Amino acid sequence: MRADVSIIKDWIEPQSRVLDLGCGDGSFLTLLKQEKNIFDCGLDLDQENITKCLLAGINVIEQDLDKGLANFSDNSFDTVLLTQTLQAVQKPDVLVDEMLRIGKKCIITFPNFAYWRYRLYLISKGRMPVSTYIPFEWYNTPNIHFCTIKDFDSLCKEKSIKVLNRTVVDDKYQNSSLMNIDPNFFGINAIYHISR
Amino acid sequence: MTQSTLKDSVGIVQPQCIHFDEALTLRSGKVIDSYDLMIECYGELNADKSNAILICHALSGDHHAAGFHSVDGVQDEKPGWWDNCIGPGKAIDSNNFFIVSLNNLGGCAGSTGPTSINPANGKPFGPDFPIVTVRDWVNSQARLADYLGIEQWAAIVGGSLGGMQVVRWAISYPERLRHAIVIAAAPKLSAQNIAFNEVARQSITSDPDFHQGRYYEHNTYPKKGLTLARMIGHITYLSDSSMRDKFGKDSLTGKNFGRDLSTGKLNFGFDVDFQVESYLQYKGESFSGNFDANSYLLITKTLDYFDPAVDYDGDLGKAFLQGNCKFLVVSFSSDWRFPPERSREIVNTLLKANRQVSYLEIESDGGHDAFLLPVPRYLEGLSAYLSVVANESATSREQDDHAS
Repeated sequence: MRADVSIIKDWIEPQSRVLDLGCGDGSFLTLLKQEKNIFDCGLDLDQENITKCLLAGINVIEQDLDKGLANFSDNSFDTVLLTQTLQAVQKPDVLVDEMLRIGKKCIITFPNFAYWRYRLYLISKGRMPVSTYIPFEWYNTPNIHFCTIKDFDSLCKEKSIKVLNRTVVDDKYQNSSLMNIDPNFFGINAIYHISR
Repeated sequence: MTQSTLKDSVGIVQPQCIHFDEALTLRSGKVIDSYDLMIECYGELNADKSNAILICHALSGDHHAAGFHSVDGVQDEKPGWWDNCIGPGKAIDSNNFFIVSLNNLGGCAGSTGPTSINPANGKPFGPDFPIVTVRDWVNSQARLADYLGIEQWAAIVGGSLGGMQVVRWAISYPERLRHAIVIAAAPKLSAQNIAFNEVARQSITSDPDFHQGRYYEHNTYPKKGLTLARMIGHITYLSDSSMRDKFGKDSLTGKNFGRDLSTGKLNFGFDVDFQVESYLQYKGESFSGNFDANSYLLITKTLDYFDPAVDYDGDLGKAFLQGNCKFLVVSFSSDWRFPPERSREIVNTLLKANRQVSYLEIESDGGHDAFLLPVPRYLEGLSAYLSVVANESATSREQDDHAS
């Protein structure tokens, strides 16, 4: 099981309705179906992923997040998930608003670009950080809107979004005392549980 | 496209004619006292009858969806209209499912329709055959399910007008299907769709050989009108790019927009100049010899009248509140008859009704006809979805085995 999944799944109520934006091969929804008997709905664009979802019996809709979510009604899901995708969409702030319109609660995970190694990389090499975790060059990366934990906190404040829970972890989704002291410096991944 | 062979198809199939004596009251209020439905079946029904799939045909389809009618026919006869999808190991796998395909009422392939004899006067019904709606078809299909002892279909599958029947099933008989597979369809026709149908109808009814629909009595049929109707219909089934590909083979640059000439030079007259012209005429003429003009008129009306939201104050979402079958909706990028937006309307309505739905938007140049073509991703998606349906049928059988 992916480590982020074991953290997130505790935040999801049994028998609830879960919308996973960028659901990949549907493995997380499959797990939630098995363990929590949820109503599943996933969105993705990748053809192979969509076929894998169909093979797993996951409800999957071929839809581009950048074209909006107007087809989903207000409060129609208990939880809307966005894992490691926020930084790849065209309008992250609009997407967060839309998620909070559709879901009673939302879970968002993203890579923290203020992680000290990325800072050091940029300072010492003067080039955009490339790591095993974010293995892209600046010109071919799908990640177009990097943010930091501080940035996301301020977005939440600006939009009066309630942060129900925030967990900061490393690339293996483990927490450490250093991360608790300065999450924005030591954390690699942020996991937010938010609501209106 | 490779033609199916006996080996990779369902093989030689035998159509059956099923007679129904119970009167069927139509949406129009008219009554059909008794009727026949022509059907074909592929694969085997399992013990608990949980693996049955119903195939619903489109405008010009019939019960012959897969396989061949005779051994001799394999050489020169085309296989059934959906042989790309139906057969052993294919997306709708006859090794897993018992597949039923029928010719709808009002058709002209053996089921009761305008060419049938009206018992009241001993003459063909012709224009007196009542207009049947998608709802009426689905009611007759439900009786077919009763006859076959199928309480609940594992899935009902259809493309185009066939997909509309699937939608109607999910609304009229929500407990009688587990999966609804709606391909290249629309929640109702657009003004443009109806306009094309009206041109088709006008071309038939204005043919001097139409005789107000009583052409059988004059030993003729409106060949020109039906040819023209099919020609215009056929254009709406193809896409601009598929026509360019089809009629642009002689062009070395590939940039002559499919304007390949028929005889290599312009004729400076009103006869055929371009290949597309002779192709359309050939398609239209061969169709007119195999299809009944009254059936064509009737079924275009069936299309025009389709609007399942009509009983729900125009709100299709309300129509979907009953039942819990799952949906798979599929559209094709170059389909301009029922484009992806129309399929997305169905998907969005289902989402608003909190229904379980999957949606595929297949990239294809094939136009509306893509649903009949072996588009790899389409077949892969359909096959993946149905593999889960097959497992459900197998599981329910195992549970029954344990219970007994």
